[in-house]
Amino acid sequence: MPALKIEHLAKTYPRKRPLFGAAPPGVRAVRPMSFQVETGETLGVVGESGCGKSTLARMLVGLLEPTEGTIEIEGKALGTADPSEFGKLIQYVFQDPQSSLNPRKTIRQVMEAPLKRLHGMAKPARNRRIAEIFASVKLREEFLDRYPHEFSGGQAQRIGIARALAASPRIIILDEPVSALDVSVQAQVLNLLADLKTRFGLTYLFITHDLAVVEAVSERIVVLYFGAVVEIGRADRIFANPRHPYTGLLAESAPVVGRSLAAPEQKGIELPDPLNPPPGCAFAGRCPRATDLCRTREPELKQMGEDQLAACHYPLEN
Amino acid sequence: MSAFLTLLFRNRLAALGAVVIMAILILVLNIPLLPLHDPDVTATADRFMRPFAEGHLLGTDHLGRDLLSRLLHGTRLSLAVGIAAALIAAAIGSAIGIFAGYFGGRTDNIVMRGVDMLMAFPYILLALAIVAALGPGLMNALIAVAAVNVPFFARNIRGITVGLAGREFVDAARLAGMGHTRIVLTELLPNVLPVIVIAMSTTVGWMILETAGLSFLGLGSQPPQADLGSMLGEARSAMISHPHTSIVPGLMIFLIVVSINLLGDGVRDALDPRLRSGALSRPRATTLVKRHGDVPPTTDDLLAIQDLHTEFHVGKRNLRAVDGVSLAVKPGECLGVIGESGSGKSVTALSVMGLVASPPGVITGGAVRFQGEDLIGAPYESLRQKRGDRVAYIFQDPLSTLHPLYRVGQQLAEAIRSHDSLSKAETRARAIELLNDVRIPNAKSRVDDYPHEMSGGMRQRVGIAMALANEPDVIIADEPTTALDVTVQAQILSLLDDLRRERGLAIIFITHDFGVVAQLCDRVAVMYAGRIVEEGPTQAVLDAPAHPYTKRLIACVPELGGGRRELAAIPGLPPVLDDLPSGCAFAPRCNKAAKSCRQGEIPLQGPALRTVRCLFPERTL
Ligand SMILES: Nc1ncnc2c1ncn2[C@@H]1O[C@H](COP(=O)(O)OP(=O)(O)OP(=O)(O)O)[C@@H](O)[C@H]1O
Ligand code: SF4
Ligand code: SF4
Ligand SMILES: [Mg+2]
Repeated sequence: MPALKIEHLAKTYPRKRPLFGAAPPGVRAVRPMSFQVETGETLGVVGESGCGKSTLARMLVGLLEPTEGTIEIEGKALGTADPSEFGKLIQYVFQDPQSSLNPRKTIRQVMEAPLKRLHGMAKPARNRRIAEIFASVKLREEFLDRYPHEFSGGQAQRIGIARALAASPRIIILDEPVSALDVSVQAQVLNLLADLKTRFGLTYLFITHDLAVVEAVSERIVVLYFGAVVEIGRADRIFANPRHPYTGLLAESAPVVGRSLAAPEQKGIELPDPLNPPPGCAFAGRCPRATDLCRTREPELKQMGEDQLAACHYPLEN
Repeated sequence: MSAFLTLLFRNRLAALGAVVIMAILILVLNIPLLPLHDPDVTATADRFMRPFAEGHLLGTDHLGRDLLSRLLHGTRLSLAVGIAAALIAAAIGSAIGIFAGYFGGRTDNIVMRGVDMLMAFPYILLALAIVAALGPGLMNALIAVAAVNVPFFARNIRGITVGLAGREFVDAARLAGMGHTRIVLTELLPNVLPVIVIAMSTTVGWMILETAGLSFLGLGSQPPQADLGSMLGEARSAMISHPHTSIVPGLMIFLIVVSINLLGDGVRDALDPRLRSGALSRPRATTLVKRHGDVPPTTDDLLAIQDLHTEFHVGKRNLRAVDGVSLAVKPGECLGVIGESGSGKSVTALSVMGLVASPPGVITGGAVRFQGEDLIGAPYESLRQKRGDRVAYIFQDPLSTLHPLYRVGQQLAEAIRSHDSLSKAETRARAIELLNDVRIPNAKSRVDDYPHEMSGGMRQRVGIAMALANEPDVIIADEPTTALDVTVQAQILSLLDDLRRERGLAIIFITHDFGVVAQLCDRVAVMYAGRIVEEGPTQAVLDAPAHPYTKRLIACVPELGGGRRELAAIPGLPPVLDDLPSGCAFAPRCNKAAKSCRQGEIPLQGPALRTVRCLFPERTL
């Protein structure tokens, strides 16, 4: 049984209705998508800004009501968006560690909230549990009575992770958890996350725009473009052997030591406009392989090779 | 709290206001203890006695009542009503504001429309209408004054709440299982409270004045009860013949309102976080320069930073953010500067054109030469001319270069026109071309956007276009692509690369991405704790790092194609800059540190253009 299974999950943001006339069609931030995450797996999610990564993540934790589709956690379907119901099963670690902590609450107050509200623990049990979690994220207990501004980014992110762990969830959504951190600290936090995963048998959904990071931590990777899944595949293979032209473009664009600088794309290419989405494949405007078929019919996600799926009419060869 | 009071009383006027209002408060609170006449006892025989008359220090009014007694009682009543009105207005207004701001969407729309409608009425008319509807009386005047002030609080608090409700800690609270009420009370309220206090301290003076106004018109306190407004109103008929009866309450109103407003402004300024860390003065146009020691001699580089020292003087602490940095670029050259957050990269870059905020920043030594001319301590006019024109910046935060009230096209056009005399249509075409160069989708329509209508990544690209429009000789780019997507980043890097090859543009590129450095830069300098610890040709430094810090930093960075793995991390944190260890600043985190590392200065040494600051480098240079 997969830890997380989503089916046809989609979100359309309504647009303002003009004074006269009908409301314009909404912005399809996430188009119907389906995938699953196995227990103990880390699934990486990559894509450009605005491709729907955060919308997807917020639906998964119940902060946002999906327009259609279902979310199943360990075989149990979750109903309407209610963060306190979701909270016990799935938690979130935020991108900006400082902004995810209330500046006027001590760390102890922050840590106690999920224990009290989600699990109804009494004071002594809470203290024991907090001590346990702090030890596992390698934070000193004396930090508990301090305020967030006294912590560095790396420490604040550990506190954010500790708070997520306090809810004893099965799955943690990591939304760009290290992009606000320094490289030397980034590695500390990534290693801690890997350690916690084996220790508590967690499942991760790791969202980022850093290809090297996502490759280093994930088993499988989902590539999003313009609100849709364009490719899913094994982390160790997907960038070396992309099937979708967009994945290929990403891999070529990443700055890599020892590769000379060359813009993989021509200038003056049209990027798709969310307010006026193109018919057919959203990548067609940037794709050197595009034909009339691509511009009229949206490609579906198809099995390509053993454990790779891509949504493309003319996929790249291995 | 005591820090707040020190800051508050550093403002002389606020201190004066505080003293006056305290004196008045002490007087009116001690009324029962003072040997006063009954304020309402009339003695027609003694009417209109002048001040300093026997038994009546301030004289008497038209009914022979003791003015001093009426003044103190009236002041007490006016203060009580004004403060009560302020509290009520603040409570109701803030509740509305928080409610609308937190729930947002439709709720917000409907509630704020109502508030706007209230605000559209002229202020005093609305108050008059309310009193007219409820009938005259002090209580009703209080209600009217509170009601007309509710929209002010609602607007302000809603604005703050909208900002807070979008912050991630509110989402985190929901995920921790908190309900709406609890979130409003424990997450939002503590954060908006300072704003409520500020808003109250700046409005309570006016509210006292407004209640006095209603009483003056006979709509507030009813005779014989005295408040400051009704005293003035009753004295009106005798204003010419017996001016003291109007002057006494008038002066009191003046004192109260002025002192409360001075104090209120002081409170607002003292709670303003921007002032917390610095002095109470306005920032200077260029960084303060207090150079010690000799100014280094001229070199033939295009831009040379020579032994630069920049410090921050915050209170008693003295942060040495840049501690003897030397860097130089020739035309067409690209120099990478790499280092962790707080290592002084940005301060070095900002010092070049005197853009470090002063106070607290001070340049204490060294020189920055552009074509041989020393920019440090150069007059503001000459710096301002070179800013943007010869040396352009691309900042990580694009909002600092874009004016919020002008369309991006206008701002680009201005930069373009300062170089070429093009027609209006040509300028516009060039602006669109620049936006296309930095990969703004749909540049033709985006050129008419205001900065706030663009996403963060797009604004960043406009910031880059602005820097390019000036056709500068040097670009200092401070992490310009960190927030961008890889495909856009690749495009912009290759654009910069073309420019330096074609036009001889020199680039100083600050980043923490080794991949970017490797692709774009000829040379790279590594900074740690305000100093350069290693410098050399990019290839040499990346292939064979000599400083232990460089070596371990490179190992920290995952590289595409490396597969799933444990990453090397550097334990510990960078040092605090006002408490640097003697000797090597990296010693506490270095696994090779020996006793000698912690003693004395370690020089940056090596053959020309390949230097390292370490006693036991990873390899000999
Ligand atoms: N206005 C200021 N007041 C006091 N200290 C400051 C101020 N601006 C910067 N500093 C301090 O100067 C030091 C160097 O900061 P700088 O911004 O140059 O670092 P950086 O290397 O650019 O870091 P990042 O990678 O985060 O941009 C830091 O310790 C910082 O806290
Ligand atoms: S479907 Fe066509 S346009 Fe879309 S990515 Fe594949 S080849 Fe390119
Ligand atoms: S000087 Fe000593 S402590 Fe500093 S980096 Fe070199 S070996 Fe390490
Ligand atoms: Mg910086």
